[in-house]
Amino acid sequence: MLPELFFGYYAAMIVFLSVLVITRKNPVHSVMWMLLLFFHIAGLYLFLNAEFIAAIQVIVYAGAILVLFLFVVLLLNLREELQTAKFIRSWPAGLLISGGIIVAIISALRSFVLAPQGMHTIEFIKRETHTKALGTILYTEYLFPFEIASLVLLVAIIGAIVLAKKKTRS
Amino acid sequence: MYIDLMLNIGMILLKIAVVIGVALLHVAYATYWERKVIGHMQVRLGPIEVGPHGLLQPIADGVKLFFKEDIIPANADKPLFYIAPVIFFVSTMTALSVLPFFEGFVIADINIGLLFLFAMSSLGAYGIIISGWSSNSKYAFLGGLRSASQVISYEIAMGMSLVGVMIMAGSLNLSDIVKAQQQYPTGMFAVPQFLGFFIFTVSALAETNRLPFDLPEAESELVAGYFTEYSGFRFALFFLGEYTGMLVMSSISAICFLGGWTVPQFITGWFPFLLQLPAWFWVLVFLAKVYAFMFFYYWVRATLPRYRYDQLMSIGWKMLIPLALLNIVVTAMVKILL
Repeated sequence: MLPELFFGYYAAMIVFLSVLVITRKNPVHSVMWMLLLFFHIAGLYLFLNAEFIAAIQVIVYAGAILVLFLFVVLLLNLREELQTAKFIRSWPAGLLISGGIIVAIISALRSFVLAPQGMHTIEFIKRETHTKALGTILYTEYLFPFEIASLVLLVAIIGAIVLAKKKTRS
Repeated sequence: MYIDLMLNIGMILLKIAVVIGVALLHVAYATYWERKVIGHMQVRLGPIEVGPHGLLQPIADGVKLFFKEDIIPANADKPLFYIAPVIFFVSTMTALSVLPFFEGFVIADINIGLLFLFAMSSLGAYGIIISGWSSNSKYAFLGGLRSASQVISYEIAMGMSLVGVMIMAGSLNLSDIVKAQQQYPTGMFAVPQFLGFFIFTVSALAETNRLPFDLPEAESELVAGYFTEYSGFRFALFFLGEYTGMLVMSSISAICFLGGWTVPQFITGWFPFLLQLPAWFWVLVFLAKVYAFMFFYYWVRATLPRYRYDQLMSIGWKMLIPLALLNIVVTAMVKILL
């Protein structure tokens, strides 16, 4: 009963906060609701015994990326931005597409089967600690995808530096 | 079963009350101690009027702040203006919950203690940015922006300086980190991790907006920085949060680099009666290390002038982060080879 209650709370709050984020007129308020949203997502990870991911969710998303969002939002001219009524006129099309996706997901849920349990059971994670289990599997079984991901990030970092350098020269 | 549960909850609540009470009292007297230390370093007396040697000064300050008028700027963003000091204060107080003060005394003994501390310190940055923005004042806004970029930059260096500790201890649990240091003859990671300790100390000064990195509150340029528009108890929350932040940083340094509540093994070898002492005695050892680090904060404040903002950024990005990366590589190599 208690796990269902926890999950229900987090799921409902995540949906509710997401709606708040996209409906606020003031972008700074949006970002602050998003901060709360990220904390709820971290709570959901904790609920799944993924403590490392929960901490990283808060440190990376709430601590670094969202602060950059705030920077961008703060540097916009809010007073003028607030006057705009609607950005896009084609919202019925968007509603149709997202409705279609919801129907597709719900119909796909019916053929959902539980996968057979692997070696990473809750007892295993509790014994080994989540950080260690995740590290072991990332650096052995999934080393290649991990390295590709880091290469992609490296390219992005170098790209950002190159772009910033060009601006200062001209 | 229910009685056990209730007892557990009662114990945790009691621990929380003790930690909050002691921390707040500590913070109050940290301000007094700071004024005394800096006073004597500058050949002044410091607070002396209220009570013997000015000992009641922090209480007088607290009462004064409590009864001050709460002024809110006319064009402030009210909800955010209200919540910003709370975010700042709560984030630093929450960090106290994972700190082990002596053997077995920690409110939440979690496996990711160190990461939790990083998460809370990054949350504190929101209090600062939001207070700067919602005040609708250019001084506060500039202070908030400066603080945000400073905290983000130095958080990277601080996190990476502690990776060396994580590698050596093989754990993120703070109690385990303290116990791991007992395996080494010097009893503290500050000796093998001297580079990490140096980087951590410098970034701790920047993370808590202390001199020589207190540009967010540089009074000669920005009045008081991000909390310019705050008064009364809201200002007090920022003040308390800042000093609790110092306490947390000093505790992290004591736990991760100075051996926490333990003393090096050769000392217990010389004085075997030390091992007979009860567990709570060791909180004094822990506090001595914390106070030493806090004294260092005051010492630096009384000694060094403020840096320029671009110098601050280049120290963080061009010196501390590469040094921290070097430290990680060397530590990992040594760990594999030995």
